[in-house]
Amino acid sequence: MDRHPTTRAAADPRRRALRRKRLLGAAFALPALLLLGALVAYPVVFSVGRSLFDAGGDRFVGADNYVEMVRDPATLKALRNSAIWVVVAPALLTGLGLVLAVLTERIRWATAFKLVLFLPMAVSFLAAGIVFRLTYEQDPDRGVLNAVVVGVHDAFDAPAPYPTARAREGEGLTGGPADGYLSGELRPGSVAALPFVGVAPGAVPGGPEPARTPAPAPDGLAGTVYLDFTPGTGGRPGVVDRQEKGLPGMTVEAVGDGRVVASARTAADGTFRLDGLGDGTYRLRVPAANFAAGYGGVDWLGPALVTPAIIGAYLWVWTGFSMVLIGAGLAALPRDVLEAARVDGANERQVFRRITVPLLAPVLTVVFVTLVINVMKVFDLVYVIAPGPVQEEANVLATRMWLVSFGGGNDQGLGSALSVLLLALVVPAMVFNIRRFRKGGGS
Amino acid sequence: MNGPARVTRWLGGTAVRTLLLLVALVWITPMAGLLLSSLRSERDNASDGWWTALLEPSQLSFDNYRALLADSGLVQAFWNTVLISVPTTVLVVGLAALAGYAFAWLEFPGRDALFLVVVGLLVVPVQIGLLPVAKLFGAVGLFGTVAGVVLFHVAYGLPFGVFLLRNFFAEIPREMLEAARLDGGGEWRIFRRLVLPLGRPALASLAIFQFLWVWNDMLVALLFADGESQPLTVALQSQMRQFGSNIGVLAPGAFLSLAVPLVVFFAFQKHFVRGVMAGSVK
Repeated sequence: MDRHPTTRAAADPRRRALRRKRLLGAAFALPALLLLGALVAYPVVFSVGRSLFDAGGDRFVGADNYVEMVRDPATLKALRNSAIWVVVAPALLTGLGLVLAVLTERIRWATAFKLVLFLPMAVSFLAAGIVFRLTYEQDPDRGVLNAVVVGVHDAFDAPAPYPTARAREGEGLTGGPADGYLSGELRPGSVAALPFVGVAPGAVPGGPEPARTPAPAPDGLAGTVYLDFTPGTGGRPGVVDRQEKGLPGMTVEAVGDGRVVASARTAADGTFRLDGLGDGTYRLRVPAANFAAGYGGVDWLGPALVTPAIIGAYLWVWTGFSMVLIGAGLAALPRDVLEAARVDGANERQVFRRITVPLLAPVLTVVFVTLVINVMKVFDLVYVIAPGPVQEEANVLATRMWLVSFGGGNDQGLGSALSVLLLALVVPAMVFNIRRFRKGGGS
Repeated sequence: MNGPARVTRWLGGTAVRTLLLLVALVWITPMAGLLLSSLRSERDNASDGWWTALLEPSQLSFDNYRALLADSGLVQAFWNTVLISVPTTVLVVGLAALAGYAFAWLEFPGRDALFLVVVGLLVVPVQIGLLPVAKLFGAVGLFGTVAGVVLFHVAYGLPFGVFLLRNFFAEIPREMLEAARLDGGGEWRIFRRLVLPLGRPALASLAIFQFLWVWNDMLVALLFADGESQPLTVALQSQMRQFGSNIGVLAPGAFLSLAVPLVVFFAFQKHFVRGVMAGSVK
């Protein structure tokens, strides 16, 4: 108690004690107040002032920086993206959290489930960013999301069997993979050999069999579509050699007078047979559909989808938060009210819509507002996930502010204005949250 | 209950279980992808997806981690993260506890007005401090140092810390404090012997929240730390540009940075959830 001796010998010891007590109180709060004053309060004043000056800070420009925000397309884009974030993310998260919180009440492994969903909250946005760069990888052989998308797509719409195959040049087929190949003119009864290359022997679908030359069809065309490649030596181009493989599943058409008159698919040994052709000359066509490039999946991190994709990553991080908070509110609901409604014959959906949701409204509001604040300030995830070339498309207020001020833009006037805007946008939500917090007297 | 209703109910239960199982799977998959990728060689990662390792476990090895631990830059960055987050946590909790006690129970001029200001500062996003504090630190030689990063974090952690602890300490019954004062305990003694032990749950929540916040921070360190003092998040971020060819560093690096928060998470689950919830007011 004697660490703050007063120099004046005060006449009244009680006053002296009071004075000492006050100094002590101030001393307890002083370190925190000094830091807050120098590093938080002063910067607010500074930034507001700085936002009224030009890029270099020499010329007073009034509100010009604030006007510039809507005039500069890149900054405007960031404002728009921030608006999308604030409209979409908190609503989705609150809804998802609500549904999951209600559903988890009906399983026995609710604790484990909540643990799994809450876990990403422990993870830095940088790590989450790396996780989702991996997940959103464009190449379906490497990115798990596109692997799933392509898998589902191909299940409904089988991919072309031979995207890489090319006809052996100079052996009777003309054209290209984009338009299909045509043979020379043939009469019924002929047998054609249609040689192809550019397919790895291991990549022939359905396990290839050795190619065979079929017997001629009296009133039609027969032939073999085969991989004109003999391992080792001894293969002759344009000839069905003994070790060469058939290409099964290839569509072959007979074209007469410019019309397709017959169509067949090759068998496992590469043979096909087109019957019932009348007299005349025909050409064999191997249409382009055989060679169409496979479906490559979705370009998640391309300019069109980058913002939804990053919002998706954000959902992964924050759903657990929303679910756990709403779940706590759910657990505090009066059970008897819910039971009474069920006894009265309300079904689960009615109970949910008419009773659970209205009773939970205060909790839902808190979750929603909290998320609005956090979404407004989102920085790391956008900065980390958006690949360099699409950064502009993905920018939000906070990343734009960073780029303008420090990331090469070097316009500290506009940067300060953006940070002041960020503050102004967060204030209403914060005021709400602080009021709520004070009423609750702690969390 | 009649037969059909029971069947519908059972079907509904199965549907819910299946749905939630799927959701859990969706949540685990990205993380599993990171883990498996971190255990596969650069060449395997470049040629096919991490899920092939499920069929060929022989692809998995700790080589990436060994290489990571041999990389002195990244190891240094890891220690920088520790050097930044531990002192920050201690300082925020300590200073906020002192100030929280003063605001709750000690008399000094302007106390209530000052507390309102502190609450008002809760709304200030870190972005607004970046430029002014950078100039300030530049002037006093703190820019680019661990101490600078720590001070910045402490300052921006304090409003919430003071707010939380003042509210918590204010709930201590007045009689307890007055009894201690009558027993002749000085305020410092009361603070240490009575207030801190009583405040433990709030202190723990604040500490965990603050620690994670700083451990996971990238933005502040991106500006205030230089090559020598940068934490793991910044060191890894600088490798993101060549993402495709750096998975062998980024994936195990991300796991290294995850490991500590995960340990904290599992060790202090209750406090962790409470801390995150309380801190979400920010």
